Amino acid sequence: MIVLVLVAFLAAAGLLAWITGGRVARAIAAVALGLALAFGAVVLAIAAPDSAWRSFDEPWIPSLGIRLQFGVDGLSGILILLALVVGLLAVLVSWSEIRHRRGFFDFNLLVSLAGVVGVFGALDLVLFYVFWELMLVPMVLLIAVWGHEDRLRAALKFFVFTHAGSLFLLAAILALGAFYRAETGAWSFQLADLAGAAPTGYPGLVIMLGFFIGFAVKIPAVPFHTWLPDAHTQAPTAGSVVLAGLLLKAGAYGLIRFALPLFPEASIALAPIAMTLGVVGILYGAVLAFSQPDFKRLVAYTSISHMGFALLGIYAMTELALIGAVLLLVAHAFSTGGLFVVAGALEARLETRQLRRMGGLWASAPRLGAAALILVMASLGLPGLANFAAEFSIFFGAFGPAPWFVAAAAIGLILSALYGLRLLQGVFFGPPRWEGIADLSPREAAVLGVATVVLVVLGLYPIPVIDAASGAITAALDPLMSRGASP
Amino acid sequence: MTRADLADLAPLAPLAILAVTPLVVTVAISVRRHHALALGITLAGLAAAVAAVPAALAAAPATAGALVTVDALSLSFTLLIALGTAVVALMSRPYLARSERRPEEYYVLLGIAATGAAALVSTEHLAGVILAVETLSVALFGLIAYPRDRAGAIEAGLKYLIMTGAASAVLVFGAALLYADIGGLTFDDIAARASGGFSVVGLAGLALVIAGLAFKLALAPFHMWAPDVYQGAPAPVSALIATVSEGAVAALAFRMLSATGALTEPALAAIVAGLAVVSMAAGNLLALLQTRVKRLLAYSSVAHFGYLLVAVMAAGPLGVEALLFYVAAYFVMTYLAFGVVTALSGRAGDADALDHFKGLCWRRPVLGIALVLSSLSLLGVPVTAGFIAKLYVLAAGASEARWGLVVAIALTTAISAFYYLRLVVVSLSRPAEDPRGDDRSLEAAALLTVLVALLIALGVAPGILEPLATRAADALF
Repeated sequence: MIVLVLVAFLAAAGLLAWITGGRVARAIAAVALGLALAFGAVVLAIAAPDSAWRSFDEPWIPSLGIRLQFGVDGLSGILILLALVVGLLAVLVSWSEIRHRRGFFDFNLLVSLAGVVGVFGALDLVLFYVFWELMLVPMVLLIAVWGHEDRLRAALKFFVFTHAGSLFLLAAILALGAFYRAETGAWSFQLADLAGAAPTGYPGLVIMLGFFIGFAVKIPAVPFHTWLPDAHTQAPTAGSVVLAGLLLKAGAYGLIRFALPLFPEASIALAPIAMTLGVVGILYGAVLAFSQPDFKRLVAYTSISHMGFALLGIYAMTELALIGAVLLLVAHAFSTGGLFVVAGALEARLETRQLRRMGGLWASAPRLGAAALILVMASLGLPGLANFAAEFSIFFGAFGPAPWFVAAAAIGLILSALYGLRLLQGVFFGPPRWEGIADLSPREAAVLGVATVVLVVLGLYPIPVIDAASGAITAALDPLMSRGASP
Repeated sequence: MTRADLADLAPLAPLAILAVTPLVVTVAISVRRHHALALGITLAGLAAAVAAVPAALAAAPATAGALVTVDALSLSFTLLIALGTAVVALMSRPYLARSERRPEEYYVLLGIAATGAAALVSTEHLAGVILAVETLSVALFGLIAYPRDRAGAIEAGLKYLIMTGAASAVLVFGAALLYADIGGLTFDDIAARASGGFSVVGLAGLALVIAGLAFKLALAPFHMWAPDVYQGAPAPVSALIATVSEGAVAALAFRMLSATGALTEPALAAIVAGLAVVSMAAGNLLALLQTRVKRLLAYSSVAHFGYLLVAVMAAGPLGVEALLFYVAAYFVMTYLAFGVVTALSGRAGDADALDHFKGLCWRRPVLGIALVLSSLSLLGVPVTAGFIAKLYVLAAGASEARWGLVVAIALTTAISAFYYLRLVVVSLSRPAEDPRGDDRSLEAAALLTVLVALLIALGVAPGILEPLATRAADALF
């Protein structure tokens, strides 16, 4: 119920913002997201796990057995709240950055968020796909209309890559449903029904690959990552924040929620390859990040590196590694999202994203520098911050089944220190090249403050996220255990 | 005539009303030439045909002689045809008012085309098929070449005449071969022979009939005429060809293939599957190269009828539902796309170059939104009707374990993302200067708004077509 209410509310607020337009639109968006966040937090805090608030089930396309089935467990709950928080930060970030066609901007932002909320709540695979695409299209429009100089090409590339991945996912979903129908005589696309419906052997592997490709493009895993640097670089700041903070997370969430439990056997077979892709992503992303001349492009490549850790953690298939992966999803939303906010703030002030044209900014903008310092430290895995807790859980969890992968991934930590320090050194230290740069406005300070506080709190006390995610992680691991994955 | 006799006629009423309407228009305009009058009579006739469908459904099935068979499937499609023709008529009024001095006969031809299409979905006899196809094609030929002072239109009309003549010849020759082999032309006659295996002559006959229909559906490799005709014809007529004409042929193809059991013959099944894959690939790949919107939509329709063939091949209730939904969704999205082209077309000619659509969302929001949504729907993005249509087709393919077709749909759809999204991006880019002389009437905006609402409604609540589909499936299987 809560998912349906939130989706409908966000979509309606989006339409209202579009119709009103102008300066009022951003206020509508902010108020709507604030209300949705308060409502969601209260409901999720109060509602019992099996209450009507958390689940919903009505027929949608009866002849194909497709249902409007939603369910919110701990993992979904955290990610839905994350979506609303990140959404609110995105509206605040775009507060004065976006002036042009403001109402349509907020419409796209809110509809994309509605899609994200639906993705994290849907338990019917076709319904999941509907929301999966619903969050994509408005994001493409955000890039295509409000992006930077090369926005059209970046938007087209982003869309074509992710949509092609989605089509593999859709074909695989239907193939799985058809196998279920061949067995039982009726269509169904509900997660609960399809568990155990996957065919064994080669067909199961092929269908699982459809799921994997669909999700891996979104994460993005190497070699499906090439859309990401362009999309991030060209997107407006709010778009980058939502893209890094939420859309990438949806890919990892899909793997945990659907790919592992639906295809235990095939997932075990794929695990070495998936972990290899994860490690390659970690190293490749970090090396490329180091050599980027463009601030946003650099941060985009660090995203590829971080999401490689998540992929490694998911396919290590141990409880600790999966906990680390989930923690990383939350931590990365704030650390990378925050760095995109810093990039946006710098671009607004200096009108460039080129690192070589920056330098010595700490003198005139110390608060901006301090925020960037915390975010970079989080990003390179400084103990005490959330990314550290996440990455080390992944390392410890994955070491048992895959020690060599962990050893290789650990090199990524060193590389992340290199690119992180280069970024800080190049932008904020060294001889000052700019004078009189305005420091953070109160609004920017609030956004970055929230991000850094969350990173510190989760770094010191990650238990709430771990507790909430444990149910979904057990559900993902149980079918794997019974098929002989290492505990 | 007794009351009981009249009740027997109820199933035939929609077809009869459609047939009478153009006659009434002819008489009326020979008394008094008046644009609104011709349009009004046509719309009234179409509305009466639509209104007659529920009663006809209650009394179906029925036959009239050997050539006309009315059941729930044919009535469902008659309904779509009547509604679709009404949309085309409404779309055409401002267009004709701008560009034609004598627009009245256009509506006569429109009525005849609708009659031919409705007759085509209401027959189980190859002779009936040939008669209906000819009725439809002759009317279309007139409609394509209606703007006599435009060189492009005359050329397109001639091209259509020659191509459709060739297709009809192939169709008739195929029917003749079948008759030589079987001694009958009803679908039941063919089915009786199918169970025992066709002779070479019969097989050749069926293959030729399928080829003839593939011409009409513009399936690759018989699609050559489509881009030229779509480009040369007035935009509303292009929409009519893409929807009413090709939709009716698709329904007939479905009925023929499932009623005759032709697909149990491996060679014929391979031919149809081959047509589907080649159409998806050729349509989408060639559309990539187009810079003219009407040509692009022509290739897009080639691809869409390739997808639709997957539903046509899946006999059984799911096939009927997939077919009906796909055609209905395709009608709505095609009318949206051509509706935008029509509204932007002035006296000088149709809006065709991509430049005409630059910044449309900002210059003319209703048109822009209509174009964006129809492009996304043609691509198959959720929350639009096009997604559910694609879902049905994929499910139809998966349920029959035709994995090659399922993968072909996924791959070619991924290709199509390039050109559909280009339309979206163009209409969202910075506006070009506003061309003069296009349609700013409330009429066009209202029509597009209704169609947009329908597009979203079908995408969000696809169940609304299910009762009709169930009736149609019950009638067949």
